[in-house]
Amino acid sequence: MSTPLDDLFVKTRKENRAALIGFLPAGFPTQSGSISVLTAMVHGGCDAIEIGFPYSDPVMDGPIIQAASDQSLKQGTGAKEVFATVRAIAALAPTVVMTYWNPIERYGVKKFLDSMKENGGSGAVTPDLTIEESSQWIEETKKLDSNRIFVVAPSTSDERLKKVAEASTGFIYAASLMGVTGTRASVSTGAQTLVDRIRRVTDKPVAVGLGVSTPEQAHEVARYADGVIVGSAFIRLLQESKSEEEGINKVKDLAIALAQGMKRS
Amino acid sequence: MSAPVDSQILGHFGPYGGRFVPEALIAALDELTLAHETALNDPAFQKELADLHRTYTGRPSIITEAKRFAEHAGGARILLKREDLNHTGSHKINNVLGQALLTKRMGKKRIIAETGAGQHGVAAATAAALMGLECVVYMGEEDTKRQSLNVARMKLLGAEVVPVTQGSKTLKDAINEAMRDWVTNVETTHYLLGTVAGPHPFPTMVRDFHRIIGVEAREQCLDLVGRLPDAVLACVGGGSNAIGIFHPFIEDKNVRLIGLEAGGRGIESGLHAATITGGTPGVLHGTRSYVLQDENGQTLESHSISAGLDYPGVGPEHAYLHDIGRAEYRAITDDEAMYAFSLLSKTEGIIPAIETAHALAGAMQVGNELGSDAVLLINLSGRGDKDVQTAAAYFGIPL
Ligand SMILES: Cc1ncc(COP(=O)(O)O)c(C=O)c1O
Repeated sequence: MSTPLDDLFVKTRKENRAALIGFLPAGFPTQSGSISVLTAMVHGGCDAIEIGFPYSDPVMDGPIIQAASDQSLKQGTGAKEVFATVRAIAALAPTVVMTYWNPIERYGVKKFLDSMKENGGSGAVTPDLTIEESSQWIEETKKLDSNRIFVVAPSTSDERLKKVAEASTGFIYAASLMGVTGTRASVSTGAQTLVDRIRRVTDKPVAVGLGVSTPEQAHEVARYADGVIVGSAFIRLLQESKSEEEGINKVKDLAIALAQGMKRS
Repeated sequence: MSAPVDSQILGHFGPYGGRFVPEALIAALDELTLAHETALNDPAFQKELADLHRTYTGRPSIITEAKRFAEHAGGARILLKREDLNHTGSHKINNVLGQALLTKRMGKKRIIAETGAGQHGVAAATAAALMGLECVVYMGEEDTKRQSLNVARMKLLGAEVVPVTQGSKTLKDAINEAMRDWVTNVETTHYLLGTVAGPHPFPTMVRDFHRIIGVEAREQCLDLVGRLPDAVLACVGGGSNAIGIFHPFIEDKNVRLIGLEAGGRGIESGLHAATITGGTPGVLHGTRSYVLQDENGQTLESHSISAGLDYPGVGPEHAYLHDIGRAEYRAITDDEAMYAFSLLSKTEGIIPAIETAHALAGAMQVGNELGSDAVLLINLSGRGDKDVQTAAAYFGIPL
């Protein structure tokens, strides 16, 4: 059975465009605020949403997402709040959770996937789960038709790319550069090279993340990738705004501008 | 828990260990694994390291029998393995020299390290100076204030010290920041991790560099008392000095292996760093082991009077040795440790590191349990010079 996320890529490929995927940690800036922000992202043109499960030790994240996650954690965000957010947003667009592995293991792998399903989530992005450690994850996600989105990097060997691509469903997350999340002045040229290398081993959708922040960058990536993931740029707007309302308006404007660049022609 | 695919290759210890890291680090971890395995079987590497240990570290470290201290430990024979006499004052040098040599072999010119109290940072900066490597040490901002003397030491040795302001601003956040640096600069940089935690191959590799402690001590004990000890004791932060002295005794089934964790103000208080005694299985910093965590899998802050034990994780091999019953782990409170600290200073003229004092407090307990026929081997992992300020404050000695 396909998930809403699977269906989305079938559709965007037919339309010859890339999908815009917006990221925000659950509970940021507040629990209700995060739902308003994500809703604005969808209304602005995000095709899918990645909800971050805030974690105390986010080694893949740069200062912007770290600060947002910390703020959310201080307000007590946990699995309950994450799944409440999934429930609210999955009604609007295909939704996945991005989480480090320990919160899943602590909650229970099977229980996590049951909650995912119950709340309409398509699956999870797992940035620190290596394929070597994922046998139970693969088994349980298969049973529940949940997307398994693994992250690959420019340093990933061709041999591993093949294995990770085989294990992935929904899309393959291509990290554009060797580094952590954050906004960058330009998208690394390594991104296209990596996507080309992935294309040689699979026809599954590939989305590019890490450092994509402006409409120009997003448009450039949309030419060769199936999905463009933007997180820090949205969060920075919220962090710089004086009020939640101002932040939400800016987020929506950015989503509109980014969405315009998803068409390839 | 996921079943290991291939426990040999992936560094599993039962269900523990493995690699939980961003894909970007896999190539570097594979390179390091290969470098370590090649070096293990390369006589030239082994000779280079052995020469360094003889002429620079000051190995073999001696054994001191603590006869006056023993009166407070049930009259058992107390043998102290003197890692405190190593250059830089602790066992940490064994690991940093090994990894620095590997760094050179891999053709990398920059090392990064995390440090809590500053002991590992000082050792790493020392090895970098000796071998002409660039060195950046990440240290929680809180710790840079508490351990300003060690910050100065690292700077004198030519290292750059980066205060970490994220999260709880302590050791665990320094490790996060070092991992972020590594993900970004992995092609030129080696992450010189300071204990037996982290993703494979670190728990195995760091253990192998510290095994020399147990290998020497086993021989020295046989020479001195004509038999193996009844128990081997060591303090456990991440677990490197403990695994170093335990490992060569694992097959000696009659030798008890006892790790002493930091009980802080007591396990019940929640203010402790006794990860095995008071934690649960989970994943932290790239490895599955015991972790101090809440019901959402968020890492909890640890507490200990000893900065070197103040870590909410522990090496995966200890988790495994605990679960299979081969090693025992006990928690020693701040007060028990400080009592043993004072006692060793006054009965033997040896001021131990506060970390090490936890092992000494454990020796007092176990000695009293086993009585005067027992022989206890204790890893005296470090000296207490770095702790004079903390100890003076604790005992109310004006500075
Ligand atoms: C003297 C001494 N002993 C023990 C430790 C704890 O580390 P580990 O458990 O890895 O030996 C430290 C750490 O700083 C230390 O300085």
